[in-house]
Amino acid sequence: MTDLRRSAADLAAELESGATTSVELTQASLDRIAEVDGSIHAFLAMNADDALAAAKASDERRAAGTLASSLDGVPIAVKDVLATRGITTTCGSRILEGWVPPYDATVVARVRAAGLPILGKTNMDEFAMGSSTEHSAYGTTHNPWDLSRIPGGSGGGSAAAVASFQAPIALGTDTGGSIRQPGAVTGTVGVKPTYGGVSRYGLVALANSLDQVGPVTRTVLDSALLHEIIGGHDPKDSTSIDRPLPALVEAVKEGASGDLTGVRVGVVTELGGEGYQAGVLARFHESLELLTKAGAEVVEVSCPHFVHALATYYLILPAEASSNLARFDAMRYGLRVLPDGIEAPSAEDVMRATREAGFGDEVKRRIIIGTYALSSGYYDAYYGQAQKVRTLISQDFAAAFERADVLVSPTAPTTAFAIGEKVDDPMAMYLNDLATIPANLAGVPGISVPSGLADEDGLPAGFQILAPALADDRCYRVGAALETLLLEQWGGPLLDKAPALDGETR
Amino acid sequence: MTTTQETLVPFEEVLERYDPALGLEVHVELNTATKMFCGCPATFGGEPNTNVCPTCLGLPGSMPVVNRKAVESAIRIGLALNCSIAEWCRFARKNYFYPDMPKNFQTSQYDEPICFDGYMDVDVDGETVRVELERAHMEEDTGKSTHMGGATGRIHGADYSLVDYNRAGIPLIEIVTKPITGVGEKAPAVARAYVAQLRDLIVALGVSEARMDQGNLRADVNLSLAPKGSGLLGTRTETKNVNSFRSVERAVRYEMQRHAGVLDAGRAILQETRHWHEDTGITTSGREKSDAEDYRYFPEPDLVPVAPSREWVEELRGTLPENPTERRARLQAEWGFSDLEMRDTVGAGALGLVEETIAAGASPAAARKWWLGELARRANDTGAEISDLGVTPAHVARVQALVDEGALNDKLARQVLDGLLAGEGTPDEIVAARGLAVVSDEGALSAAVDAAIAANPDVAAKIRDGKVAAAGALIGAVMKEMKGQADAGRVRELVLEKLS
Repeated sequence: MTDLRRSAADLAAELESGATTSVELTQASLDRIAEVDGSIHAFLAMNADDALAAAKASDERRAAGTLASSLDGVPIAVKDVLATRGITTTCGSRILEGWVPPYDATVVARVRAAGLPILGKTNMDEFAMGSSTEHSAYGTTHNPWDLSRIPGGSGGGSAAAVASFQAPIALGTDTGGSIRQPGAVTGTVGVKPTYGGVSRYGLVALANSLDQVGPVTRTVLDSALLHEIIGGHDPKDSTSIDRPLPALVEAVKEGASGDLTGVRVGVVTELGGEGYQAGVLARFHESLELLTKAGAEVVEVSCPHFVHALATYYLILPAEASSNLARFDAMRYGLRVLPDGIEAPSAEDVMRATREAGFGDEVKRRIIIGTYALSSGYYDAYYGQAQKVRTLISQDFAAAFERADVLVSPTAPTTAFAIGEKVDDPMAMYLNDLATIPANLAGVPGISVPSGLADEDGLPAGFQILAPALADDRCYRVGAALETLLLEQWGGPLLDKAPALDGETR
Repeated sequence: MTTTQETLVPFEEVLERYDPALGLEVHVELNTATKMFCGCPATFGGEPNTNVCPTCLGLPGSMPVVNRKAVESAIRIGLALNCSIAEWCRFARKNYFYPDMPKNFQTSQYDEPICFDGYMDVDVDGETVRVELERAHMEEDTGKSTHMGGATGRIHGADYSLVDYNRAGIPLIEIVTKPITGVGEKAPAVARAYVAQLRDLIVALGVSEARMDQGNLRADVNLSLAPKGSGLLGTRTETKNVNSFRSVERAVRYEMQRHAGVLDAGRAILQETRHWHEDTGITTSGREKSDAEDYRYFPEPDLVPVAPSREWVEELRGTLPENPTERRARLQAEWGFSDLEMRDTVGAGALGLVEETIAAGASPAAARKWWLGELARRANDTGAEISDLGVTPAHVARVQALVDEGALNDKLARQVLDGLLAGEGTPDEIVAARGLAVVSDEGALSAAVDAAIAANPDVAAKIRDGKVAAAGALIGAVMKEMKGQADAGRVRELVLEKLS
C-alpha cells in the first residue's frame, strides 16, 4: 500500500522504482480524502475522474519513458482562488458559487503539463481575505493538530490538506502571509516566491501588487521541486520577471548538508518581542542557535518602518481589492440575485442585490475601506501615503540586506488559535500577519519552515526566512539547513507528533 | 431627462454679451490587428461576442498585456500633434459600474498620459488658429449595449439590454484640447475645422479607419460661456458622441445659444453630460456630472509602466506623414488652386480625396469639379461626410476618364454619380446597367439633326444667316430626342455643318 506520509520527492522515487503507480497513488489520496476530510474540510471541490485520467496518462508516459517532470504522477491540491478549466472555482465566495472557468491559470496549466493529477480545490477565506479560513462562505477548515483550532489563512485548506496527508503537495497564494502563516500553524512548509517570479495569470486577484502563487508542502525540497515547475516568465503576466529562476533544488541540496558557513542571518528587531507567544519565541531562538552552530553569523538588524507595515497593507490591499471585486455584478457569470419587492429591477438593482447577498462581511468591510481610500480628496492622505510608506519599507529591506544575506523572524506571532476566537475582532485577526506582510509590500521572497511545538499548547510554530528579490535560492538553502538540523533533533518529521484523526487507520 | 423648453438666444446676440470657450475630446479607434490588452481580433461587428477571451471579458483571474502596436500608434499620433512623449507613464483604472464594462473599471491613463502638451494649427476661413492640446492617452473601448423595448433606446425604460463585448478592449486614443478661447463667432467653425483636420491627419498616419459614421472617430464637445471680456471660464457642458463634422459645428452653435438663454435668465449652467440629437439639431440633458462622480483612479497594478526609448520615438518620428500646413501649401502650388478653391477643398474635408483622384489620373480641375461642385453638395444635402458617401477617388477618376474619352458627357456623368451614391457598382457597371453611354452612331445623330432642322425652319434660317447663337435651340432639341445620350459638342458641329 502506498505510504501517503512520504514526501512528494520520495513518492516520485517510488513511482520511478515501480513500487507504486500514479493511479495507485492518486486513488490512495482520494481514499484518504474520503476518509478524513469530513473532519478537516480542506476541500471545496473534488476532481477525481480527471485526476485518475491524468494519473493513467502519467503511468503511460512512464512506461514509454517520456516523463514530463520530476514530479510527474504525484497528485496535487489547488487553492480555490486559481482558475481551473472544468473545475469549479469559487474563491470561497458565494458570489462565484458554481462558476467553472473556461481557462486554466498559468500555474495550473504548468502543473498539468508537468503531469501532476489535480485532486481538487481547497478551502480558503473568501477572496483570500483572512488568516483563519473562517471567512469562507463554505465553512471553516479545521487544523489537523487540533480540530477546534484554525488552520491559518487564507490558504488554510491547502495547508490542512498537506498536513493531514490528503495531498502530498498543494498550491497556495500569499498576499500578506496566506501561504506562510498556515504553514506555520499546521507544521508544514510554505513559500512566497519573489513578486513576479511565478505567473499570476488566472489567480483571481485579491491585491494585484501583493499577490503571489507558491508551494505548500511538507518538506523544503518538495517546495523547490514544485516552485521550479510553476515558476518563470509568462507572457500573459506583464509583471512576471523575464529571466530564469535561480537553481532552487540545487540550493536545497547545498543547505541540506547542514553547513551555513559564511551566511549572515539578520534577526529583525521589529519582528519579535511584544505580542509574540513565549513558546513561539522559544522555538525561534532554538532554531537560531542551530543556524549559528551550522556556521551562520547572526546579526541584529532594524527595519524601523516595519511598524507601519500593517497600516500600509490595510490601505493598499483594500484599495486594489475594491476595484478587482467590482466585476462581480451578476451580469456575465456567478451569482445573480433578484431584489425583493421591485417589480422590474434595473441592472443596478440586480447588481446591488447580488453583491449584498454574495459577499461576506469581511469582503464588504474591505471594499468599503478601499473605496474610501481611493476617493477623491482622500487618495493622497491614504492610498498615496501608503505607497510612500511602502517605498520606505522596501528601503528598510535594502539596507538590512546590506548587512545580512537573509532576514529571519517567527512566521506568525502565535500558534493556531481557537475557531471563533478572533472572527469578530478584525484587528486581532489582522495582527496575525504582522511578520509576513512586509515581504509582500517589498516583493521579496519568504519561506516558513516548522520550528517545533510551543511548550504551552503543543502546537506547531514557524520560522520565517526572507531573502532579497530574485534570491529565492537563499530561502531554500537556509530553510533546508534548518530542516535538516531540526529533523536530527526531533528524530523524525514534526507531523509524526500530530494526533491521529477520527476514522483514520494508521 | 429634462423636458423643459430651452430658450435660445440668437447667435449674434450671444456674441454681444459672452465669450465662448471650447474644448474637444476626440476618441480615435485604432486599426491594430488585435485589442489593446489581449490577442483578440480588434474587428468590431460580426457575430456578437465572438471576438472575446478571458481578458477582454474581464473573467476572474485574467490579466492585461499592452499591445505594442497600439503604443506605437499613440506615439505617432502624439508626434504628429507636436506633443511631448512621456519617457515613463502608466495605465490607470477608471472605476465605475456599467454593464458594458466587463471589469467595472476601464483601463485608461490618468495623470501620466503617453503624449502631452501639443498643438495643431487649424485653417479656419483662411485664418490659422492654433489649437493647444493637453494630452493624448491610450485606453480600451467598452462593450456595446443595445437597449431593447424602451421608447428612447436608452437603458432607462428598456425591457432588457444586449451587450456585445466584441468592441470591449479595442484600443482607443483620446485626444484632449486645452480650452480654446478668443475665437468668438468662429467657435463653431473652429470646432468643425479642428475635427476635420484631425481626421485628415489620422487618415494620413494610417492608424485608424477614422470614419465618424462608423464610430471610429467620436467627438465630445465641451462648451462654456463667460461674460464678454471677463477673461473667465464659465461652467461647461459636455455634449457626447457628435458624429459628423457638420454636427460638431451645429452642436457648438446650439450650446452657445442655449447657454446664453440660461445665463440671461439669471440661472446657472449645470455641469452635465448632454446628448446630441442629429435629427432635431438639439441637445438634451444626460447624466449630471458633478462632484458626486468619482472614478477613484489609481495606477493599474497588473501592468508595468510604458517607457518608450528615445531611439524608438525618433525612429517613429521618421515615419510621420508631411506636416498638414506644408502639405496644403505644396498641393495648392502643384494644382494651381486659388486660395478660395483651396479653402473650399479643405473645408469640405476633400483634400485627400482630391489628391487621390488626381493620383488616379484626373486633372486637378476635374477632380475639384466633381468633388466640390457635385459631391460636396450632395453630402451636405444628406448630412453625411463627403468621405462617407461610398464614392472613391478611383470612381471619380474613372468617370472623368469616360468624359475625356467622349463616352460620357457631364449630364450623363452626373447620372453615373447618382448610381455610385446608390451603391450600384463601379462607373463602368453603372454605365452598362443604366445604358448611359453617349450615342456615337453618326447615322442616328445625323438623322436626329435633320429632323430638328426640319421641325424648326425659323431657327435654321437664323443660323444660315450667321446667327450661330441660335444653334442652342436645335442642339437642345437633338439632345432631348437622344435622351441626353449624345455628345453635345458633336451635335453642335453637325448642326453648323448642315446649315453652313
